[in-house]
Order: sequence, then structure tokens, then C-alpha cells
Amino acid sequence: MTILSIKNLSKTYQSGSRKLTVLDQVNFDINSGETIAIVGPSGSGKTTLLGLCAGLDSSSTGSVVLNGKALESLSEDQRAAVRSQDVGFIFQNFQLLPTLTALENVMVPLELKKRKDARAKAMELLEKVGLKDRATHYPTQLSGGEQQRVSIARAFANEPKILFADEPTGNLDTETGEMIEKLIFDLNTEKGTTLVLVTHDLELAGKTQRIIHIKGGKIQEDANA
Amino acid sequence: MQMPDFGWIVKMAFRDFRKNISRLLLFVSSIVVGIAALVAISSFGENLTQDIDNQAKELLGADLVLENSKPIGDQPIDSIATQTASEVNFASMVAFPQTGASRLTQVRALEGAFPFYGFLETIPAEGDADFRSGGKKALVEKTLMAQFNAEVGDLIKIGEVEFEIAGELQKVPGQTGITATVAPAVYIPLEYLEETGLVQYGSRVEYNRYFQFTEGTDVEALIEPYNEQWEIDRVDADTVEDRKRSTGRSFGNLSNFLSLVAFIALLLGCVGVASAVNVFVKEKLASVAVLRCLGVSSRDVLYIYLFEIKIMGLVGAILGAFLGTLLQFVLPAVFADFLPVEVTVGVSWLSVGFGIITGLFVSVLFAMLPLLKVRNVSPMATLRPETADSGLLKDPLRWLVIIGILLFIWGFSFYLLKSVQLAFGFSGFVVFAFGILWAVGQLIMWAVRKFLPISLRYTLRQALANLYRPNNQTISLIATIGLGTAMISTLFFLQNQLLEEAKFADKEDQPNMLMFDIQTPQLENVKSKLTDRGLRILQDVPIVTMQLNEINGIDKQENEELSEEEDYSRWLYNREFRVTYRDTLISSETLAQGELIPTGTRGDSIFVSFAKDFAEGNNLKIGDEIEFNVQGRPIKTYIGSFRDVKFNQVSTNFLVLFPTGVLEQAPKFHVIITKTKNDRESADVQAEIVREFPNISVINLGAIVETLEDILNKISFVIQFMAFFSIATGILVLISSLIISKYQRMRESILLRTLGASSSTVRKINTMEYFFLGSLASLSGIILSFVATWLLSSFVFEMSFRPAWGAGLVLYLAITGLTIILGWLNGRRIINQPPMEILRGNG
Repeated sequence: MTILSIKNLSKTYQSGSRKLTVLDQVNFDINSGETIAIVGPSGSGKTTLLGLCAGLDSSSTGSVVLNGKALESLSEDQRAAVRSQDVGFIFQNFQLLPTLTALENVMVPLELKKRKDARAKAMELLEKVGLKDRATHYPTQLSGGEQQRVSIARAFANEPKILFADEPTGNLDTETGEMIEKLIFDLNTEKGTTLVLVTHDLELAGKTQRIIHIKGGKIQEDANA
Repeated sequence: MQMPDFGWIVKMAFRDFRKNISRLLLFVSSIVVGIAALVAISSFGENLTQDIDNQAKELLGADLVLENSKPIGDQPIDSIATQTASEVNFASMVAFPQTGASRLTQVRALEGAFPFYGFLETIPAEGDADFRSGGKKALVEKTLMAQFNAEVGDLIKIGEVEFEIAGELQKVPGQTGITATVAPAVYIPLEYLEETGLVQYGSRVEYNRYFQFTEGTDVEALIEPYNEQWEIDRVDADTVEDRKRSTGRSFGNLSNFLSLVAFIALLLGCVGVASAVNVFVKEKLASVAVLRCLGVSSRDVLYIYLFEIKIMGLVGAILGAFLGTLLQFVLPAVFADFLPVEVTVGVSWLSVGFGIITGLFVSVLFAMLPLLKVRNVSPMATLRPETADSGLLKDPLRWLVIIGILLFIWGFSFYLLKSVQLAFGFSGFVVFAFGILWAVGQLIMWAVRKFLPISLRYTLRQALANLYRPNNQTISLIATIGLGTAMISTLFFLQNQLLEEAKFADKEDQPNMLMFDIQTPQLENVKSKLTDRGLRILQDVPIVTMQLNEINGIDKQENEELSEEEDYSRWLYNREFRVTYRDTLISSETLAQGELIPTGTRGDSIFVSFAKDFAEGNNLKIGDEIEFNVQGRPIKTYIGSFRDVKFNQVSTNFLVLFPTGVLEQAPKFHVIITKTKNDRESADVQAEIVREFPNISVINLGAIVETLEDILNKISFVIQFMAFFSIATGILVLISSLIISKYQRMRESILLRTLGASSSTVRKINTMEYFFLGSLASLSGIILSFVATWLLSSFVFEMSFRPAWGAGLVLYLAITGLTIILGWLNGRRIINQPPMEILRGNG
């Protein structure tokens, strides 16, 4: 079953009098439960593609259908509802809310879904990522690896159908990075989530089932790993 | 659209609040002072109104006062009254024989037990009883006693009679400290008035009769049948209700004016709120993007931060209302010289509620401007942070908020001023001043960015560059400190200007001594006394008193029957005109309209000249026929011309000027104007004239300047007290913006130190930055106040503008110094902060 379908997707920016095409006629489908890596050099359009796939931004032309919903026909707030329902995120720079404790950060997606058991469920997830005893710590009191583990717990909290990860190990040392990779893939397998990973790291990309190479805004290669 | 989950919004707001409470408190600290000032003034006004109500009888001292410029004979109500008293009051010189000093005072010759309500407060306490026990005794106002070092038991000479001072007057019911300064009173027994020989032709005498009726008498109804006759006789009747109304009205105006000053402080605080929330929001943009990523709608994100602002606005408003309630306890002392009643202080819940609602409303209104930004944050900013700070100008809601702010400023000033025009004037000024200061801030930042030369010393360049660092508060500081400075310095400059103007008159070949109430037989004698001393008679002005009978054939009674649109002011018919005659204009006059007909003869048409402002204010036109009553003799005249008259010179100026050839034979008195060389000579001349001619009143410029100085000091104390709120708000905004930018300054300073800069270099950069900020803000304010003073001098006070450079420099140094000191205090902690704390983000 297709969870994400991208058709003729383009994104252009107006830079002064010049038109800058960042993505040019991109097409691909992702099936439910698949793990996929989008790789490419800096400025190739990976992050833009990720943003469009996750409904963070709107395309210039083309369509993005996420879990059966055509995102281009939705308003920003409607897209937010889709994200709350179906999407999880892991960021390179963790993006935890600095004024919330680790536990509260994980609770947010659950609370948005009005889950009564938000606290217990968040605690369970923190335990899974090995941070049960750091639940009341604020992000600034955690190391980079710990922050990313909280971020992973938060990403899985709303049991997303699809998880987007942007360079999830980019800001971490090799050892911590490997631990985080393992955690993401383990949880992904356990929950049966679709995983879309954007990375420079070909070794990490190699751990997914399929790799899309992108360059100059166009897909160069779309092959199984 | 899905309904917002308020429970979750509140929960998120509180979570965010925990980590931000100290910083959020700073946001609202800016409005605390403004709200405190508003609540204090409003509570004070409420209590004052109550007190005027409660002490209305003491204000008047009687149930009814009749007033006329002629003796008031027996009245039909005499028999109904339980008590009556009579008073004759007029301005006259009093002399202290021990020292030979003299001064113009208000003499009140009293008979009867007035005041019936309240009492004349004297030192010693039995002074009043002693004064009334008979004999030539006087009660003398304390300001006069202090001026001449007089003591109880000393003699005071009024006209031809010497009185013993029985007591020093501390307080007279219904009289304010200011009245005592302008015209200090001396009470003498009425029975000796004639003996003084002071009431002669031309003396401006007021006759009062006071009445007390049995408790519960409806005075208004009681006097109703007599009003018509009193109107005809030009007797003015003043009841407790009348006095209550007029006093209430004047203090209502005063309280509204003071509220307006407090409102300016509040507005400055609002700029502080907007500026602080702006920084807060900028720092929150990353979190907003994450929340948006997690699926929170833009509306719900806005609600989270709005809720925090509301809570803090409420805290600030409550704190302000509390402080304001405390502050009103000192207000009676501040306004002591202006209050005719004893003011009680107490909590006015109405004012407290008004303050809290206003505080909450303004903090939300002004915070909305930057807060609206969170609606437009794209979740894409989680991946590309540079996209977070999106432009706001396109957001229609932002324009709605701006319109809301303008409407609020106008509406609030209208509420206080009760005049559409004045409200537009005031809000226009506020917008203009803020606009100018904002433009100055923008211009400076642009200029620094554009023209900052690379060759400049690094520390200086860095300090200047800091003015436009991201999240800088250069503009908000220039606006708040600048406007606070502008207010204080305008008041200061204006006061200075008025005093300088008065003193300046002495330097030129301007008259500095004026003698009036000179009777015709005394004239030649007085003149020779002056010329014997080598003094020039600069002006010898004959004055004839008259009243107005008819305007264009309409007499007083007919005028009463006309509709409000058609009638002339009743005051025109009631007042006494003091008129002179000459065939030329003097230096303080210029012809504004019509033609000055220099001479007139009886039987021919007589053309008089009116002061333009007076005539226009009373709907009189060139060609109008005016019949005057000169000592019982009607004289028909026509308005031939209007004159612009400068009333602020030591000169005799007249509302009505007759041509020569008409009034020469009418009973008259004279005014002589001369110029003495110095204060010593002034004192000698004054002493001699008062000794030889006790009925002649002498005013010298020195005395005017002294009185003016005294009054201005009293007024400026009150105004400066109020302006202090603006300065305090400016300082709070400065402190809060320094603290808000602390984290950023720390990062910069640590980066510099990591790159090898010494602490002293960092300190130098910071000090210079504060110096530039303080200088720019204070200079903008001072320049603005120079412009305001120039405008006020030229168009309101009609005097030439003399900039007070010295005072400006002092203000500049004081405010810049204060900015640097506050900056240093804040900077000490920045420089001593360990770098790791910053890297961790705990700073």
C-alpha cells in the first residue's frame, strides 16, 4: 500500500528577478513500512523535498499525497492536523522545546491527540530510549545524544504512519550516532512505521531498503539498497 | 475549524511560563509605573470629589455669598439668616513700619463671624479670637510674615492706620496655597476701613456679604425670588452648590490633565512591553516552528503565548494598582498648595478596577503587535531556521492591531479631555513624537550600517555595530528614554524661559515699576517725587472706570432673553471696564483690523478700539455700537478697530481704548510707569511713595519675578513629580531591555573573549554602546523638547525662544550617565559569566 505518493513535484523560489528551481519534476512512491534514504550533496534539494513530503511547506507545482490526503489542497492548519495524526519528525538539531522537560516534550504529540494516558505513554517511551531517570530534566541539562533520544521518543509518541528524519546523527559523535541509528531502526521495526531519512552519510543510507539519489533538484537514481 | 483545546493551551502556557517567569515579569514591569500613576491620580480625583462634596460648606465658609463692586445694602433675606457678615476686599500696599518694607496685598476688612463653617487657622491658635475681640488688630498671611520676618505683636500699616498683628494666618477656608502666594491676605476689622483712607475713586473694591441659614434650608429655592433683582444690580450670588460645581469642575480638569501625564508614562511602558515581547517572540520562533511541525495550529500557538502575556499583564496591572493606591497617600502633600479642601485618602475600588482593566488591555494590545508574528512561522523553519522570522507587514491583523492602538490612544485621551479636537491634538502629538523618535532610531541604525568606516578603531566600530545587532532594542530605547527626556526637559526649559523672559525685561530699557490708584490731586506730587530722583516718567496713564449698558441696542435684560446662539456673554454686562484714552498705540499694541480714530468729540461718533482676542472671544465686530455707562452717564461709541495686545509686559494694557477728547473730564485715577536703576532704588522709591501716599499701590518687577518664581516652582514641582513617572518608566524599560539582551551580550562577550579580547576591551565596547544609546536617546529627546519649547514660546506665550543650552547639557549628561551606569551594573555579571554556562544555554 502506498503511504506517500509524489507526482511531478517542483519547487521554485523567486530570488530578485531570477527564478531558482530547487526541485524539478520529482516523482516517486513510498510503500507503507518501507525504509528509504534520500541522499545527495549540499544544496541538492533534499531538505526541500523532505519539507514538502512532510507537509511543512507547499509545492510550486505537482502533488504530494500522504496517507491518501492530497496536501496541496489543504491549508497550513489542515496540514498541521495531518502532521499531528500521521507524521513523526527527528531533526539534526533535535528541536526540543527548551521550556519543557524531557517528559513533557514527549507528551506534547500525545496531548495534541487528547490522549488521557499521555504521561504514562510518554514515560514508557522514555524508558524505551533509556531516559526514564532523566524525565524531569530540561533539554539544556541533557547531552546531545540524550536530547536526540528524547526527540526519537517524541517522534514515535503519536504512533505515526510515517517518520521523517533529517540528518538524525549529523550533530553526534560516531558512537552516539550509531546508538541513535540502532534505536531508530529498532523502533521502526517494532512499530512498523515508514521511515524517510535524509542524510549525507552513505553508510547510514545503506541501512535502509531503498536509496533515492538527488542532485540539482532532480532524482538521479532510485534503487534498492 | 476545530475548537481550540483551552485546557491544553493553558497547560502549555504554564509550562513555558516556568522557565520564563523572571523575563516575563520584566515585560510587564514597564507598565507598572504607568498604571500606578493612573490609579493614584484617579483614586486621588475620586477622593477629592468626595471631599469637595463633604466640605462644600467650608469651601464657601457660608451658605450664601453676595458679591458686588458697590456696597451691598440691606437685603430682604437678612431677616431669614441666622448670621450675616460683611467683608470689603481690595488690593493695597501694606507696610511694616519697623523695617519700612512694603508690598501689595489683598486687604480683607471683615465684620461678623465669617467663616460660619470652618475657621481661620492661626498661630497662635487664639489669634483669631484676639483679632475679633476688638481694637486695631490684623491677621496676616504666613507667606507675608515670612517674607518680612514679621512676628505676632509687630505693627503693620495699612493706609493711614497701624494695626497690631494678632496672628499668623495658616489656612483660610476655600483658599489654596497658590492664592496665598499670588495675593497674600491681611484681615482687618471693617470698622477701621474708613480710617485707612484707602477706599477712594478708582480703587478696585469688592464688597461681600455672607449669610448663614438654619440647617436644611434650600438656599437655591430661597434666593430664587431675588435673583432677578440681583442680576439688575449686578450682584453675584454664590451658593454652596455653585461653589461645589465650580471647584469640582476645576479639579476634574486638573485630575484629567494629570491623568494625561500618567497616560504618557503608560504609553511609554506599552512601547517597552511591545519591544520586550518582540525579543521574546523572536527567541520563541524556533519553538513555534517545532510546535507547528508537531501539528499545533497557528491559532493555538498564538493562544499559548497570548495567555502568558495576559497573565503577566494582569500581574503588572494588579501590582501597578496596588502601588498606585499606596502612592495616593503622598499626593495630598504634593498637591498641598493647590487644594482648597482637606483630602482624605482611601482605597478607591473604582480606580483600582479601572487601572487593572486598563493595564491588562494595554499589555495585550501592545504585545499583540509582535506576537502576531507567531501566526506566520512556517514549520519549515525547523529545517531552515532562517525562514522563521517572516515579514509581518502583509498580515492584515497587524494593521488591525495598529488601528486598535491608535483608536485606544485617541479614545483614552478623549475620555480624559472630553473634547474631540483636544483628543486629536494629543494623540496626534503622541504619534508625531513617537514617529519622530522611531525615524531617528531607524535613520541612525541605517547610517551606522551604511557609513561605518572600516578604518575606525575596532572597539568603537563594534560598539556602533552593536546598535543594529539582531534583536536590538535601539529604537524602543530611543523612543521611551527620548520621550521621557523630552517631557521633563520641555517642562524644565519652559519654566526657565518664562523666568528668563521676566528677568530679561529688566535688562532692556523696559519699565520696571508701576504705581496705580493715584488720585488726580496726587498726580503732580508723585511725578515730582520721581523726577527729583532723576527717574523718567515713562507712561502716565489716566484710567476711567465704566460699565457696559448696551451692545447694538441690546441691554442686559434683553440679552438675557436671547437664545444661546444670539446672546452676548453675561459677563460683558457685569464686568467693570477700566479704560484709558490716547491718540496713539503704545509698544505693546499693534493695529490688527480697522482704523484707529485718534480723537473724538462729543456729539460726533466716537470710535473706540478693542483688544482683538477679547472682542473676537465675545462675538464683537468692527462697527458694533457699544453704549458705556461712565459714572452714570451714557456714552454711545462704535468699535473702530481691533488691536493685538501683548499682555506679558510691564505696562498698562487695556481691553478698550478711547480716543482723546471724550473722557478728559470724567472722574479718573492714574497709573505711572517708571524705570529704576536697580533693586535698591526700587525699594527706596517704593518705601517713599507708600509712606507719603498710603493709598497708592506699587508693583516692582523684582516682586513680580519673585512671585512668578514662587508660583512656577510650585507648579513645576507637581509637573515634575508627574513627569518622574515617565522617566521611571524609561529607566524600567532600559533595565528590562538590558536584562533581556543579557544572554545575547554574554554570547558576544564570550565569543570575543574566546577570540582573545581582554575583559577591558569587552567592557570598553559595552560602555561605548551604552554611551551611544544614552546619547542618542537623550539628544533626540532634548532636541524634541527644544522644538516643543520653541513652538510653545512662539505660539502660546508669544515670547522669543532662548534655548537653555546649559540645562540641556546637564540633562544630556545625566541621562547618558544613568544609561552607562545601568549598563555597567548589568555588564558586570555578563563579563564574569563562565563560558560553559553559555554553551550549555543556561545563562
